[in-house]
Amino acid sequence: MKGFNFSRKHLGIPYGMFLTLFVAAPLFVIIYYAFTNGEGKPSLENFTGFFTSPNTIGTLFYSLSIAVVTSIVCLLLAYPVAYILARSRFKQKSVIVVMFVLPMWINFTLRITALKEILTLIEGNLAFHPFLNTIIGMTYDFLPFMILPMYTTLLKLDGSLLEAASDLGAGRFQTFIKVTLPLSVPGIVSGLVMVFLPAMTNYVVLDMLYNSTYIMGSLIGSYFSAYDWHNGSMISLILLIIILVFTLVTNKYTDDDTSRGGIL
Amino acid sequence: MENKIKSENILEFKNLYRTFEDGFTAVEDFNLTIKRGEFVTFLGPSGCGKTTTLRMAAGFDLPTSGKILLNGMDITKLPPNERPINTVFQRYALFPHLNIYDNVAFGLKLKKLPKEQIIKKVKKALEMVDLEGFESRKIQTLSGGQQQRIAIARAIVNEPEILLLDEPLGALDLKMRKEMQLELKNMHERLGITFIYVTHDQEEALTMSDKIVVMSEGKIQQTGAPEDIYNEPKNAFVADFIGDSNIFNGIMTGRCQVRFCGAEFQCVDDIEHGTMIDAVVRPEDVIITSPEKGIIRGRVTNVIFKGVHYEITVMSGKNEIIVQSTKKAEQGAEVGLIVEPEGIHIMVSETAINKIESSVSQSYGLLIFDGSIECDIASLIPGAKMTGDNIMTDAHGNELDYDKMKVILTISPKDISMSDDEKEGIAKGHIINLIYKGDHYSYVVRTDDETDIIVDDEYLWNMGDYVSLIIPRDKISFSLKK
Repeated sequence: MKGFNFSRKHLGIPYGMFLTLFVAAPLFVIIYYAFTNGEGKPSLENFTGFFTSPNTIGTLFYSLSIAVVTSIVCLLLAYPVAYILARSRFKQKSVIVVMFVLPMWINFTLRITALKEILTLIEGNLAFHPFLNTIIGMTYDFLPFMILPMYTTLLKLDGSLLEAASDLGAGRFQTFIKVTLPLSVPGIVSGLVMVFLPAMTNYVVLDMLYNSTYIMGSLIGSYFSAYDWHNGSMISLILLIIILVFTLVTNKYTDDDTSRGGIL
Repeated sequence: MENKIKSENILEFKNLYRTFEDGFTAVEDFNLTIKRGEFVTFLGPSGCGKTTTLRMAAGFDLPTSGKILLNGMDITKLPPNERPINTVFQRYALFPHLNIYDNVAFGLKLKKLPKEQIIKKVKKALEMVDLEGFESRKIQTLSGGQQQRIAIARAIVNEPEILLLDEPLGALDLKMRKEMQLELKNMHERLGITFIYVTHDQEEALTMSDKIVVMSEGKIQQTGAPEDIYNEPKNAFVADFIGDSNIFNGIMTGRCQVRFCGAEFQCVDDIEHGTMIDAVVRPEDVIITSPEKGIIRGRVTNVIFKGVHYEITVMSGKNEIIVQSTKKAEQGAEVGLIVEPEGIHIMVSETAINKIESSVSQSYGLLIFDGSIECDIASLIPGAKMTGDNIMTDAHGNELDYDKMKVILTISPKDISMSDDEKEGIAKGHIINLIYKGDHYSYVVRTDDETDIIVDDEYLWNMGDYVSLIIPRDKISFSLKK
């Protein structure tokens, strides 16, 4: 045996081990459980069960609609803020950006508990508006993730392009529609990825705001706590595939800018 | 803009000023009339205000005061999209999310032209810049030179009345730049529209322009045809900036007779005897001959081969003279130099003397350079005297108000010297300009309280150096401002 020569690639060993142990191996375990039945035999019955039950399909669409609505609300709230911040000549704009990001520094549970109290004060009983409350909670939670990438993209936007547009006859609104908006697409897409994916799976917000309905995340949790590993794994796998497809689609729009990259 | 008056003057700048928020004045008292179809170049070093002026013409920047007239109409506050003016940007500013066709068609689409017409016009514009058939290519696949051409096509396709070009060739290599210079010149002739071109490259300006506007520190130094600017520079700055030149301090010694470099020369400018002047001699106008035949003698200290000619440096006494000649000279050789009268351009010296205004302190000292200088003010006012308790009275015994008095200090540039040691002098400042004048350098030092002081020094300092000015007290003469 040759002597051990330390090279730079060996620095990757600890992470490689971590990856194998905590990412790759569990993934195989999930795949194994998803495609086997209670007797350990290969089977698709978990999947057929999922796609034929109106309850589980309903949960899937409920989760999707929460994620989609949260993303849209975040986008509509964040874009004007990011735009104004990035384009203003205000010198202390980084201070304002920090103010928007500041909630992220406060403990998540504390934030949602505080929100719960405020919403209870307004609505009385939280159970009356489960969907609305979940959207408010998630928007509150994920908004900074939407603002930051869009702010960065808009900040990098070359001012001379806006001047060129106006030089060629575009008014303020036309310049926005024809130049600013298309060029901020990478920021919008990374913002959407940052919000949509956690909104799809996060069920803590929903739970804490007394939303009695199930979403995908809570469904997985309930299966695993009932020791039904097969169905739990199956739903995890479905979620994984949805996320994979979403990321592949959105990656197309961020490809131009290699410095940013996507999730994949 | 229906009732356009097609006057001969397409664009006029009137008393234009632009001061930025931080107090920096980029453009000062700018007055210029541009004729229809002219190729005008704003030429000057960076920071001279040429780009700011162009941006005001385009509408990206608003003047602090003054007016811009287009065809006699005030467009000073008109937004860029409403001006029949298009710009070629320094870094092209092509839209990265659009292909070449959509970039060039951007302005036409906004004008809502029919599609067939847009296609036709884009095609024609691309032919104009020799990039026909590039319509569907992406911007990122083009070289710098090609992007430059697209930027030009995108602007000219709108058929503007004026095309503004902001250092458009700055990012290209030398060979490409020369090609583009000629192409732009041809394009100007074919299109027949007015071009306003901004550059810091004097050769570019001389090659292309009908009219050159030389700018420095926000002000126009000289306006004229390239030949006039080159042959008859108005001041030392223009002479120094345009082409290579020898500049010497001198004095008129008779009719068309001038003395500099320790010798008498014949010249063609008839300026009053005894006037202090700057003589400009272009290196190609100096003729090397034998020591006996020369008007001045000197020794060759340096010879550099420059392709077409040799650049020869000759020291004559304390003066350094640069000569361009196709004949080689031997280093160390004793030579004579001749300058024909036509080769000498005389400029009456600008401010060869410093006149600095100073206010008076309560104790009748002079407040200047963030400090004070003692001065017997009473001696400047006939009959004035100090009364006991720090109050000055005039000949009639009336109290003189120190607040309203101003004293002018007059100091010759050669009496001031510079030092690194901040404590040594009475004023401190940055060198903002330097011109070599044969046997010494003429500096302009801007002090911390924003006073410009001319200093002659034989030693070389660098632009931007922070220096302390030593002004001997006995070399300052004082006078009361009336």
